[in-house]
Amino acid sequence: MTTTTDLVSYEDALASYDPVMGLEVHVELGTRTKMFCGCSTALGADPNTQTCPVCLGMPGALPVVNAIGVESAIRIGLALNCEIAEWCRFARKNYFYPDMPKNFQTSQYDEPIAFNGYLDVQLEDGETFRVEIERAHMEEDTGKSTHVGGATGRIHGASHSLLDYNRAGIPLIEIVTKPIEGAGERAPEVARAYVRELRELIRALGVSEARMEMGQMRCDVNLSLRPHGREKFGTRSETKNVNSLRSVERAARFEIQRHAAVLDGGGTIIQETRHFHEDTGSTTSGRVKEEAEDYRYFPEPDLVPVAPSREWVEEIRSALPELPLVRRNRLREEWGISGTDMQSILNAGALDPIVATIDAGADAASARKWWMGELARAANESATALDELAITPEQVARIAELVVKGDLNDKLARQVIEGVLAGEGTPDEVVDKRGLKVVSDEGALGTAVDEAIAGNPGIADKIRGGKVAAAGALVGAVMKATRGQADAARVKELILEKLGVAEG
Amino acid sequence: MSDHIIRLTAAETAEKIASGELTAVEVTEAHLARIEAVDEKVHAFLHVDREGALAQARAVDDKRAKGEKLGPLAGVPLALKDIFTTEGIPTTVGSRMLEGWIPPYDATLTKRLKDADVVILGKTNMDEFAMGSSTENSAYGPTGNPWDLTRIPGGSGGGSSAALAAHMAPLAIGTDTGGSIRQPAAVTGTVGVKPTYGAVSRYGMVAFSSSLDQGGPCARTVLDAALLHEVIAGHDPLDSTSIDAPVPPVVEAARNGSVAGLRVGVVKQFRGEGYQAGVVQRFDEAVEMMKGLGAEIVELDCPSFDLALSAYYLIAPSECSSNLARFDGLRYGLRTGDDGTHSAEEVTSLTREAGFGDEVKRRIMLGTYALSSGYYDAYYGSAQKVRTLITQDFERAFEQVDVIVSPTTPTTAFAIGERADDPMAMYLADLCTIPTNLAGNAAMSLPCGLAPEDNLPVGLQIIAPAMKDDRLYTVGAAVEAAFVEKWGHPLIEEAPSL
Repeated sequence: MTTTTDLVSYEDALASYDPVMGLEVHVELGTRTKMFCGCSTALGADPNTQTCPVCLGMPGALPVVNAIGVESAIRIGLALNCEIAEWCRFARKNYFYPDMPKNFQTSQYDEPIAFNGYLDVQLEDGETFRVEIERAHMEEDTGKSTHVGGATGRIHGASHSLLDYNRAGIPLIEIVTKPIEGAGERAPEVARAYVRELRELIRALGVSEARMEMGQMRCDVNLSLRPHGREKFGTRSETKNVNSLRSVERAARFEIQRHAAVLDGGGTIIQETRHFHEDTGSTTSGRVKEEAEDYRYFPEPDLVPVAPSREWVEEIRSALPELPLVRRNRLREEWGISGTDMQSILNAGALDPIVATIDAGADAASARKWWMGELARAANESATALDELAITPEQVARIAELVVKGDLNDKLARQVIEGVLAGEGTPDEVVDKRGLKVVSDEGALGTAVDEAIAGNPGIADKIRGGKVAAAGALVGAVMKATRGQADAARVKELILEKLGVAEG
Repeated sequence: MSDHIIRLTAAETAEKIASGELTAVEVTEAHLARIEAVDEKVHAFLHVDREGALAQARAVDDKRAKGEKLGPLAGVPLALKDIFTTEGIPTTVGSRMLEGWIPPYDATLTKRLKDADVVILGKTNMDEFAMGSSTENSAYGPTGNPWDLTRIPGGSGGGSSAALAAHMAPLAIGTDTGGSIRQPAAVTGTVGVKPTYGAVSRYGMVAFSSSLDQGGPCARTVLDAALLHEVIAGHDPLDSTSIDAPVPPVVEAARNGSVAGLRVGVVKQFRGEGYQAGVVQRFDEAVEMMKGLGAEIVELDCPSFDLALSAYYLIAPSECSSNLARFDGLRYGLRTGDDGTHSAEEVTSLTREAGFGDEVKRRIMLGTYALSSGYYDAYYGSAQKVRTLITQDFERAFEQVDVIVSPTTPTTAFAIGERADDPMAMYLADLCTIPTNLAGNAAMSLPCGLAPEDNLPVGLQIIAPAMKDDRLYTVGAAVEAAFVEKWGHPLIEEAPSL
């Protein structure tokens, strides 16, 4: 960055101003084909291999609406507690850009398919905040431009651009909030929690994987400040394509501080597009809109109106899965854990693995213990997500089962996990290969205990004299002799039994 | 022999091919020879696909030799308006913008013609992007009217109508956004039908104004138009606005022409200032004749029709400003200024400057303005309301009558160059045809004589309610038969032989 931006401390900014946010989230639907043609939406294909006359905007080509796309939009709308339009149309948003083959985007304008909803989101402390939803509408994605030869990867200064239209026409749902007011200093946290809740919702509905790092979910953060007590909104900035949860929070926070500095200095906020930079956590000015862009919207004449029957909408509603917040509250109660505990599980990305492990037969406490303990540690060390670790919930359930049966103790179980993660095979194979079994042969264990007592007469006497705590040393000796494969509790029982002492 | 072949109707040609009296190759060669002989003067074709046509003809003859069943138009040559995409064959839409563009796909209509074994001779001239009423707006030069080569053959589909009138093909395809099938038919003494909106797929038809554009059949007789109508109409899943219902029985209607007992409406808004005396005279005679054939004539008042032209010149340019945005020089067609010194944005701008003609630019600008925020309600919004009013006028009218008749166009063919610098005068040519496009219903133009003052063809327009396209043919066939009886021959036989 060649320019630095003046900032006011976050606390000072909030002391003077009240932030108002608007969040616009684009979700790429996981439909098999594009929104208006039969081309594949699969990722990773060679550039321009998933195109046809329709999505290339060839002369004469016409769009046909993807019914699954409409159904997905209705699912999202219903899950966001929206009303579903009885009749709505697509509209053309006209502007020239090389990655948009028709030089208009087929979108929806004043007749969105879903409108007037809300999403309850949970903050870190378990408190719930309601975000009102203005609308959710259907549209198509653009192609992808790669600008070559410039320093910044942006079009400015580039020598040429490469265009890939594989993405052009992939269905998008744009979800727009109403102005989010009253969040105060927690505005950035609300923004993050909203995007996360929305992501969970989209995934639970099965309409998209919503992977932000792959651009399947993209967020624009609109933010303005107004002095406390004033009703009228200030001028907003639009920070585009903020593509991680953390960035959403940071971008909102940065803009609050930047706006406050401008306003404190007697300046005015320019309504403009801004870019967020992950490395510095700051935003910079994008293109300044000299005049408001005029998209010349009008109803798309090539498509007939979408008029979902009420029967169909109710059918979709009745088939909605349990929504994430409801599910979390149910699980929290079933497991008897606190809101903060649940929040930690969510932050660790452990909820789905835990549930899957329980489904595979483990008890809830064990499943939580392993995922939030040993596995969280392993994931952290290797900087991978929990669900990307080389162990399945079924395998974790098997390990938990072995522990419950007494075949493994916790220490051995950790070694089994290590083995599975290292690719040594299934838990049972690791147990076999590493020879990790609790010594449960009472005869062998008895001999080891006898040997330990005989080898440590002094300690044995102390125990006989009532100092039960001294048994720890003998347990240690037995564990050493059995290379850790004995059940420590059973060893202690045997020692006390043989020395004729009842456990205190 | 070859002169005999080119004067056959499509129905007769198909029959002779089916019976073995003629081969499809003979028929095709006769028409290719005719094109070779006269098209230098007429300039109806932008591209003649000699090899493709002969290959298609040979395939028909092979099929027949093998005893396979042939379709009703198998082996009959056709002139295709250069607005429909043809895989591997240039499609220019009459514009520099698409000079040399070879589409990678066939329009649904093209595919249907091929599937029906119709022989596509080539692509016909047209006003650029179908914007015009004279074919003078073609980037490739004007087409002459075979009745008088110094006059216009109508537009935008002047190439197709001229090809028919000059006997270069017995069948042709047109598209009608404001009259581009009917007005050329009227001024060349041929038959043209604008089917109900949605009857013929628009997939692969380069869009001018999506909510108005409609492809349709052109021919020299009503029956031929019906046979072609049946081949090209029908539901297409690739066009969302395509009608998902059976095609009305147009061929049956054309074979059973009658007006006896029908109520025929005459709209008072379709006469008055601007109408040539000879046109009005021939129209009135046609109405009298229908009355003599047993039709009941009903006077109609459709006040909103007076607003049709204004509404049309807001809606069509608005849609075209968006439809033509894709011509940016990046993916296909013309590219200007790509010399390493211009940005992509500049190349797009230079390409559009060089690639579009004046009329296209005029309409893009009009439409861009009409859709702009702050003007949308006053222009595009009001125009859509007028459209509703016109539709309601038609609905009321069709409660009283079965069909409406009018002159197709207020004057006979005007001279090339006469209105070229006066867009408003040019727009008036579509005064009687536009209301039908705005309402989406069906209409036909067929010859009703020569105007006494200039001996040029006059067109009679028949208008039917949406989805009742068959009525056009019932009435058209009856009128046609009565005129042939009156004149002793079809009107087209009076055209110069060139």
